[in-house]
This record gives sequence, structure tokens and C-alpha cells, in this order.
Amino acid sequence: MPSALVKNYSKDLLLKVLREMLLIRRFEEKAGQEYGLRKIGGFCHLYIGQEAVAVGTIAALDLARDYVITGYRDHAHALSCGMSPESIMAELYGKATGCSKGKGGSMHMYDAQRHMLGGNGIVGSQIPVATGVALKIRYKKEDGVVLCYFGDGAIHQGAFHESMNLAKIYRLPIIFICENNHYGMGTDYKRVSSVQDFSIMGASYGIPGKQLNGMDVLAVYSEFVEAVASVRKTGEPLFYEINTYRYRGHSMSDPAQYRTKEELSEYKEQDPIVILKKQMVETKLLTEEEFSAMDDEAKDLSNKAAEFADRSPEPSLDSLYEDVLA
Amino acid sequence: MPIITFREALKQAMDEEMARDENVILLGEEVGQYNGAYKVSQGLLDKYGDQRVIDTPISEEGFTGMGIGAALVGLRPIVEWMTFNFSFMSFDQILSNASKTRYMSGGQFTLPVVFRGPNGPAEFLASQHSQSLQSLYAHVPGLKVIAPSTPYDGKGLLKSAIRDDNPIMFLESELAYAWKGEVPEEEYLVPIGVGDVKRRGSDVTLVGFGKPMKVLLDAAEELAKEGIEAEVVDLRTIRPLDEELVYESVRKTNRCVVVDEAWPFASVGSHVGWLVSKNCFDSLDAPVEVVTSEDVPMPYNHHLELAAQPSIEKVVAATKRALYV
Repeated sequence: MPSALVKNYSKDLLLKVLREMLLIRRFEEKAGQEYGLRKIGGFCHLYIGQEAVAVGTIAALDLARDYVITGYRDHAHALSCGMSPESIMAELYGKATGCSKGKGGSMHMYDAQRHMLGGNGIVGSQIPVATGVALKIRYKKEDGVVLCYFGDGAIHQGAFHESMNLAKIYRLPIIFICENNHYGMGTDYKRVSSVQDFSIMGASYGIPGKQLNGMDVLAVYSEFVEAVASVRKTGEPLFYEINTYRYRGHSMSDPAQYRTKEELSEYKEQDPIVILKKQMVETKLLTEEEFSAMDDEAKDLSNKAAEFADRSPEPSLDSLYEDVLA
Repeated sequence: MPIITFREALKQAMDEEMARDENVILLGEEVGQYNGAYKVSQGLLDKYGDQRVIDTPISEEGFTGMGIGAALVGLRPIVEWMTFNFSFMSFDQILSNASKTRYMSGGQFTLPVVFRGPNGPAEFLASQHSQSLQSLYAHVPGLKVIAPSTPYDGKGLLKSAIRDDNPIMFLESELAYAWKGEVPEEEYLVPIGVGDVKRRGSDVTLVGFGKPMKVLLDAAEELAKEGIEAEVVDLRTIRPLDEELVYESVRKTNRCVVVDEAWPFASVGSHVGWLVSKNCFDSLDAPVEVVTSEDVPMPYNHHLELAAQPSIEKVVAATKRALYV
């Protein structure tokens, strides 16, 4: 138990990280419920279990100059970038008040102001795009960093390998993050991967690679504070494999029968929220009552987001033809 | 007025726009040190340096996506594909990202990026290097598709494309790079989405775009020898399509032949043919004729490859069918 890290950070920072993870957890549970009630349709990929990854990495950013781009399991990244639960839930509902005016849905959360660049539904397709964002930073002599997320399912796509090469040859300020949640839809990554330690893939491109425990938010955060500072300073890319686990199926329609109950409960024992809470309680930075109040607050924000989405208007039929071209 | 080659006209367009706007960059295979696989970017590396003229590895999906990402956050990249035949390696980036990010984000982003390179058959290049791919890209909402036929139009349209805030497919031609034409020294733009009547006539309307315009104009000369005066309409932009210019001509001539060097099935040619049939129905004195490539992969043998493409003879024959002569 790496509880030593908890002593390195201010109470404010620890509470912020815990609050964000709780909000993601409760938001995703609410989204799952509303999906069951058919308020949300289509593909809906929940992030429950993986909270420490988005929260621990994005907390290390300055989104005035840095950028985030990810795949289709994107609700948490959107929340961590500071997008409102209302705008994300309304997008899930397909409403005009959604962040993408109801045209994107679950897989396409965007916020240009907050430098959240989506939300891509094609496995690995966002990775080359991320190199272009980093190219802009380098060309404009800015000191921003791009965090590019993708899953273990994307790591065998050519797009990943081409992008790693481009990032190295052009010295692009980008951190490639493979969120290894163990299953590309229903396929265990070990069944379809030539190597089981993805972090060594960076070596093929001269990019340092490292594995992290994605169930420990402070381990992720402390590493990323260093990593972001390093990329800001050197402009050289980095690669991380962050090991994590999703508690739910690949999407709402997946009962996840390809894994055992034991495996799931083993990971639930390492729950990122439970771990941080325990560490904070043990070090007297948090009481059970305070935690309950924070949890209630997260539930309340999620409920209010759903109420907002529910009472928001449908997009007008005219909007069908808007935003095709500039 | 100076007479210059198509490739020089395109280079002038990029040069002028790079000088005008520091957000314009050029990237692709061989664009820098090699000065362009077809020398279209000759001298640009020396003038603008390797931060703005970027040689890429043979990695089309990667560098096409890189261009899209750079556009998403404010640069105005020109992405050169050595030929459009290689654009399939990056098809996902064009279809999933370039054409849809604006829409999927509810209009939060603009994507000012030009994808350019030669399209369509040259000579002796066989099946994989001789494809005319305009129909595939024209199918996709969110893209603009441009196919100029003269150095003048090429320069003016490429400058407009670089200034446009949308992803643009800019179709050139290997054989046409050496064609010459008048291009003024002073700056000018040719607007996107506006066609051009390249020859006036009253008996029949010939419609085309890109490299085959030469075939249409030569066919019109042949027809003139037999007393048939063809009006030749150059679409210049495939999407958005200048439909009214075509209809105006057909309503005058009452007959129409559409030429497209792509395959016939679900092509730009078949679409324009349908539009004219539907919207000029009351004016037409004959069914609309469509001349395309033969419905086969391109063979290597020269006689066979010429036989596969639209020719003066095929256009003249189709025109005579439309005139019942």
C-alpha cells in the first residue's frame, strides 16, 4: 500500500482528486441507470473502475496551454477537464444543451475552450490527430503538452505505431497513454498481443516507456507531475501503460461473461476511491462523515445533471444541416 | 501575361499563401529536400525552412492525421499525398476525423486543411497507381472537392482552398503538371464552387472537370468541323457543385454529355447525369449521355489503358448519340 504518497500533498489537492473520482463514479452510475430507462441510446462506455487514470493524469495539466484527446470511453476525461456534468449528461441525452449540441453523444464529448479535443469512436484514430496538436505547440514555440489516451485495444493499430514514430522524429510534446483495462471489448489483451508489457513498445521508437498502477491515483498523479514537467522542458515524447480495470462491460450491452467474478472482485478490492479514502482517513485528513458528505454531493450533481438533461430541449430539426461546413 | 506550367502555378499558390500567412505549412512525402515527387514544391524548403516544409516518413495515416490535428488547433496545413492512390492508407483520418469533427462537436472546431496531389491515370502505371478517386471523396459531407483543369484555375483555386476553413480534397494530375497556360503576375483568387464555361456553343453541352477537360475541348473542335457547336462547361469544383451553371447551359442547348474519368458506377459523372436528367427534364431533347472510364481496373499495356479511358472518339460518339446524328 503506497500510502506514503498521501503525505506529499496538500489536503486541498487530495480532496480535489477524491471529489473528481467520486463525481465520475456517481455520474457514470447515473448514466448507466438512465441508459436502462432508455433516456440514453446507442453505445455507452462507462469508466467505472478506471477513475484514477483520467483524474490522476489530467490533474497534472494546465489546460490553458495543454490538451487532452481520447477514445470513446470519454465521459471521465470530459469531467476531469472541467466540463460541466450538465453539458455531458445532456449530450448523452442527445439534447441541444449538450456540449456537442446533441450531435456527438457518448463517444464525442468536446470542449474547444477547455482543450478537450474528443471523444473518437474509431479505435486509435485520435492518436495521429494528437501528433498534429503537438506539432502546433512546437511550431508556435508554446510550452503545452498533449495527453493522448487510448486503450489496450488500440495498441495494435498502425495509427499508434505511426504516431509514435512521428512524435519521436519531430520531437513532439506529447504523452501517449495506453489505458490497459485488460479487454479490447471481450478479448483479453494477453490473447492478442505479442508482448504483455506494452511499455517496452516505446523502445522501438526511442521513446521512454513505463508501466503504472492505474488503481492508485496518487501514484498516477505524482508520476504525471514529473512527466508533464519533463515534456514541457525537453519537448520529447513519453509513453505510459497505465494498468487499470473497468468494472462494467465494454459498453452497456456487454454482460462481460469473458471474465471471472473472482477477477472482478480482486480489482474491486483495489478500488481507487476506496484506497484514497482509506489513506486519507488513516492520516486524519478525512472523516467518514466528510466522505459521506462528498459522496452525497457527487450523487446530487449527477442527479441534477440528469434533471437538466431531461428538461432540456431537443435540437431543432434545422440543426441537422448546421455545422457540416464552416 | 506570363505562360507557366501547371506545377509552377500550384507552387506559386503555395508560395504566396505561405508568405501571406505563417500558419500555412506544407507536409508530406518528399515535399522538402527532394523538392516534391513531381516538383510542385520546388524551392519551398529553401525559402521557408524545415519547420514549415516538413518531410514525412511513408506513413500516410500518421501524417494525414497530423495535418488534421494541426488544423484543429489553428494551423492551416497543406498535406501532399504523392498520389491520391496512397490516400487510402489514410482514409480513416479523412472520413472519421477531417469530415466529421466539426459536426460531431456541434461546430466547435474548424478544420482548414488542404489535401492535395495527383489523381487519375497517367501512363503505364497499372491498376494501383491509376485510379480516379473523386467519386469516393465527393460522397462525403463535410469535405470540399476541387479538380482544376488549367494552370490559371489551379493557382486561383489552390489559393482559395488554403484560405478556406474546411477540409479540402484538391485533385491534380500527373500529366497536367507539364501543361502550360496564362497566369497573371498580379494576385487573384478563383472562388470555390463556381464553374466556368470554357467554350461557348449552342448545340450540346459537354460537362467535365479536371484533366479530361482537354479531351472535351478537343472533342468540341472535332465536332465543330462537322458543324456541331458544343458548349463546354468546366465544373472546377465537384463539391459544392455549381449546378445552376450546368442547367443554364443545358436549358439553352437541350442536350448534355457528362464526362468523368472515374469508373461509371455511383460516380460524379452518373450523379451529374442524374441531376441534369431530373432538373432539366423539360428542356432535354435526348437522354443525357455519360462517358466514363471502362468498368475495369487500369491495365499496364498502353493500348489497353488508352482504351479504358474517355477519349475524343468516345466523347464525339456520345455527343452524336445525344444529337441523333
